[in-house]
Amino acid sequence: MFKYDSLADLVATATQANEPLSKIILREQAEATESTEEALYAQMERSLEVMRESVQEGLDPDKRSASGLTGGDAYKMMRAVQENRNICGKIFGDAMTKALAVSQTNACMGRIVAAPTAGSCGILPSALLTISESRNIPNEDVVMALFTASAVGMVIANNASIAGAAGGCQAECGAASAMAAAAIVEICGGTPKMCEHACAIALKNILGLVCDPVAGLVEIPCIKRNAAGVANAFVAAELALAGIESAIPADEVIIAMKKIGDAMSSTLKETAEGGLAVTPTGKKLCEKVFGCCQ
Amino acid sequence: MLQAFDIIGPIMIGPSSSHTAGAVRIGKYARSILGGTPVKAHIRFSGSFAKTYKGHGTDKAVIAGILGMDTDDARIRVSMDVAKEEGLTFEFEEADIDGAHPNTAEITLEDTTGRTAQVQGASVGGGNIVINKINGTAVSINGKSDTLVIPHQDIPGMIAVVTKILAEKGVNVHGFSLCRDHKGGTAVMTIEIDGDINESVQDAILENPHIFSCTILKAI
Repeated sequence: MFKYDSLADLVATATQANEPLSKIILREQAEATESTEEALYAQMERSLEVMRESVQEGLDPDKRSASGLTGGDAYKMMRAVQENRNICGKIFGDAMTKALAVSQTNACMGRIVAAPTAGSCGILPSALLTISESRNIPNEDVVMALFTASAVGMVIANNASIAGAAGGCQAECGAASAMAAAAIVEICGGTPKMCEHACAIALKNILGLVCDPVAGLVEIPCIKRNAAGVANAFVAAELALAGIESAIPADEVIIAMKKIGDAMSSTLKETAEGGLAVTPTGKKLCEKVFGCCQ
Repeated sequence: MLQAFDIIGPIMIGPSSSHTAGAVRIGKYARSILGGTPVKAHIRFSGSFAKTYKGHGTDKAVIAGILGMDTDDARIRVSMDVAKEEGLTFEFEEADIDGAHPNTAEITLEDTTGRTAQVQGASVGGGNIVINKINGTAVSINGKSDTLVIPHQDIPGMIAVVTKILAEKGVNVHGFSLCRDHKGGTAVMTIEIDGDINESVQDAILENPHIFSCTILKAI
């Protein structure tokens, strides 16, 4: 059984067995939960299917969230890519479109897969679906990459946190970026060690980011931070696949993330009492939704 | 112990894993503890739940759970209408429950026969929950595995009686807690187990005259 308290340990185990991280994780999880690999694979395949559906639902140009604050952005991004107006190429454009779409589906009380949370649910699906479409990667590899992502998330949850209320946005979108980065690397043929570097780089890039949602809702700035999160995942994966290493090991970055979260004022941890939530416009939007600012 | 699907999951209706999905699960657990069909629900929200429940749909989510819906049920959006159709009346109260986790709901349910159950639960992030109190007795149940709740007389040897049966049936225990109201009064064992549990275990446990009831709460 794995304790999921060290990414380096998991990477060492996979490297020694000459297997991708996903394989050793699936095997261990089947044993730990007294289930079978087939059953867990089928459950993960279902999660991937829901992720695909949540992208489709979020591309609707007219749907708005219950608060009325957000909606329609994924469609705009999609149109920009389709009309070759976006400046960073198709992969980045597609990834941002999908991240916005899933996150909007969430804000509209649609069905999503928390990965690791609902607030950050656009990052992992957009990363995996974009890279797999672009490279014609078989569905099976994408399902397996989700197990790699889950292992990264478990280590972060065990050693730090994946809740904005405990660690700020770095804990949610940071964890999701790190999970996505590791999954992209595996799917693109990188080694387990490269997955570890990608995870470290992604997390380092987002350290310190606060959770300051307007009106306490998972909308502003969360939806756009999902687009930024998937971009971060691709940056980290690209660097790691090029052989670039993180000077600080992933496990130490995770501990640093926890300490930064602990040091963060509670006004910046999902309480809507600081940051963007208390800007004049943030307060105005809050009043628009609730009648009075909470 | 975290598992892969605690991270990739739950499959849920948005917008918030803690304020929506977790709330559904607390509601669903309350229904399973009641055991019957609830017709009346009183919900007290505390902390962040009290402040933001409208914006996150926490109210709709709790009602959906009480109606037996899962976290991925598209009807969560319209759960209050479903409640009307199914004859469930409900009311919400903003409260300040002393010492409770910021995302806490206390749910009191009543079924058609007038029987009630009260459950206090906290949503602790990522859709994960902890049930803290059942009918006023402190417990700690995360709902991830099947759990036995066994009220019994507080006399020596009761733990041995139950664990012997579990051992004979090959059931592995991974969590155990025991609380009592007073010496010699009613005590409640909550036992979290690996894998599935079947009713033959329940029947064997109920044979003991000092055991008042034995409820299997399925993992949610």
